[in-house]
Amino acid sequence: MSALLEIAGVETFYGNIQALRGVDVSVEKGEIVTLIGANGAGKSTLLMTLCGSPQARSGQITFDGVDITRKPTFEIIRMGIAQSPEGRRIFARMTVMENLMMGGTTADPAHFDADLEKVFTLFPRLKERQGQRGGTLSGGEQQMLAIGRALMSRPRLLLLDEPSLGLAPLVVKQIFEAIKQINQEEGMSILLVEQNAFHALRLADRGYVLVNGAITLAGTGRELLARPEVRAAYLEGGH
Amino acid sequence: MEYFVQQLINGVTLGSIYGLIAIGYTMVYGIIGMINFAHGDVFMIGAFIALISLLILGSLGLTFIPLALLIVLIVSMLLSSVYGWTVERVAYRPLRGSFRLAPLISAIGMSIFLQNYVQIAQGARVKPIQPVVNGGIVVMESPNFVVTLSYMQILIVLTTLALMAGFSYLIAKTALGRQQRACEQDRRMASLLGINVDRTISLTFVMGAALASVAGMMFVLYYGVIDFFIGFLAGVKAFTAAVLGGIGSMPGAMLGGLLIGLIETFWSAYFTIEYKDVAAFSILVLVLIFLPTGLLGKPEIEKV
Repeated sequence: MSALLEIAGVETFYGNIQALRGVDVSVEKGEIVTLIGANGAGKSTLLMTLCGSPQARSGQITFDGVDITRKPTFEIIRMGIAQSPEGRRIFARMTVMENLMMGGTTADPAHFDADLEKVFTLFPRLKERQGQRGGTLSGGEQQMLAIGRALMSRPRLLLLDEPSLGLAPLVVKQIFEAIKQINQEEGMSILLVEQNAFHALRLADRGYVLVNGAITLAGTGRELLARPEVRAAYLEGGH
Repeated sequence: MEYFVQQLINGVTLGSIYGLIAIGYTMVYGIIGMINFAHGDVFMIGAFIALISLLILGSLGLTFIPLALLIVLIVSMLLSSVYGWTVERVAYRPLRGSFRLAPLISAIGMSIFLQNYVQIAQGARVKPIQPVVNGGIVVMESPNFVVTLSYMQILIVLTTLALMAGFSYLIAKTALGRQQRACEQDRRMASLLGINVDRTISLTFVMGAALASVAGMMFVLYYGVIDFFIGFLAGVKAFTAAVLGGIGSMPGAMLGGLLIGLIETFWSAYFTIEYKDVAAFSILVLVLIFLPTGLLGKPEIEKV
């Protein structure tokens, strides 16, 4: 059986600068896969390339058996991929509810109420704040909204870009718990990009280490946690 | 007093026409951050389509005026939408992602093209038309002045109010309106939610063109004469209205249109009619210097 997502030999450029150098990553159905790496390693670029913006210059990306490498972004999303992007990108001048409605753009409107209920159960804070403008939320609430918005489309693959960035430890814990819950209860496949390697590797089934646009290590979360080079580069100095 | 009331009525009528055009400027600016300088010419084309279809209906023997106007309205909105869509597709979309000035230059080129196209196709002379909607109501009377509110003026203001209410609802409450606002705030994120951004932008041009064509139809019915050049002045005035109201803001465009209409009318009534354009454009200069975000514009900085 082929994987849900298969990235093979992908190279991405910004102008003349090469951001990804032949990346191979796969995600099986129901898996949490994490991609760790330092700032500027190309993690976010990989998630954006996978969504077709920018498009890969070479290599191939297959989702559910379909080649999506050259498809426009909105078509890729409509196949069942959702992203909570870097910087969260909440619509600041829209209410929480409108942001969630935007998340459901590609979904069948008949599911809306049920999906909304699920998001509110996962993040009760969003229910309290549903009439408030996105721009007035705290960082943690915005992150919850970004994930909630992504879930509203009922994706088959959820892409999360640094959900823990800039958040208080307690909120980080809450977010990671929610990710775990989404994966276990819905069986949703998740590709998680993180700098917070410790949390991410503990949560993930498998992980990849990205350095300067290339994968240098791959393995199960547990294996990677035990590797001395991972410990030295990403875990020492507390977490 | 009577004179003042009459000018007020005239000003609101003119302001409605400006407001309808201004919405097109403001919506396009909101979504792709450019001034569509060809928008005034889409208004002009709307006026010509209205004129031509009115004449065709007349020659076919349709004498029931309300039905004729309704058909003209629909035909004019539909055909002008095609123009609006085509202008975006041909002149702006290929330049998306280019430097900021490129679509602006292209817009000016498009404007000149449309003017010349109509000039060649329809001739350079002014096109008069017999008044279609006659009569009115006498609002006030005094020995030396009669204030009338013509049925045409009522029609213009009511049509404008209905369209503005409809479009406000569309932007605020429907899925299409939300998609437009999403594209306005963050096009990349909008595409990450599965929105076809190009299509949404096209629809914005279509909506702007449809509203401008209604303004064009009202213009030809109200003034009874048009030529290929009316789009320039009306367009720049409506642009001024959009800036005054706060470019990017729909209610701002309506308010700005109304104010420019009133200022121009009162200036002509109490000062000199020769300098009415100076009045309107002085407003543009003053607003740009002292209130660049306009009356209802959003400030640039938001907490994110």
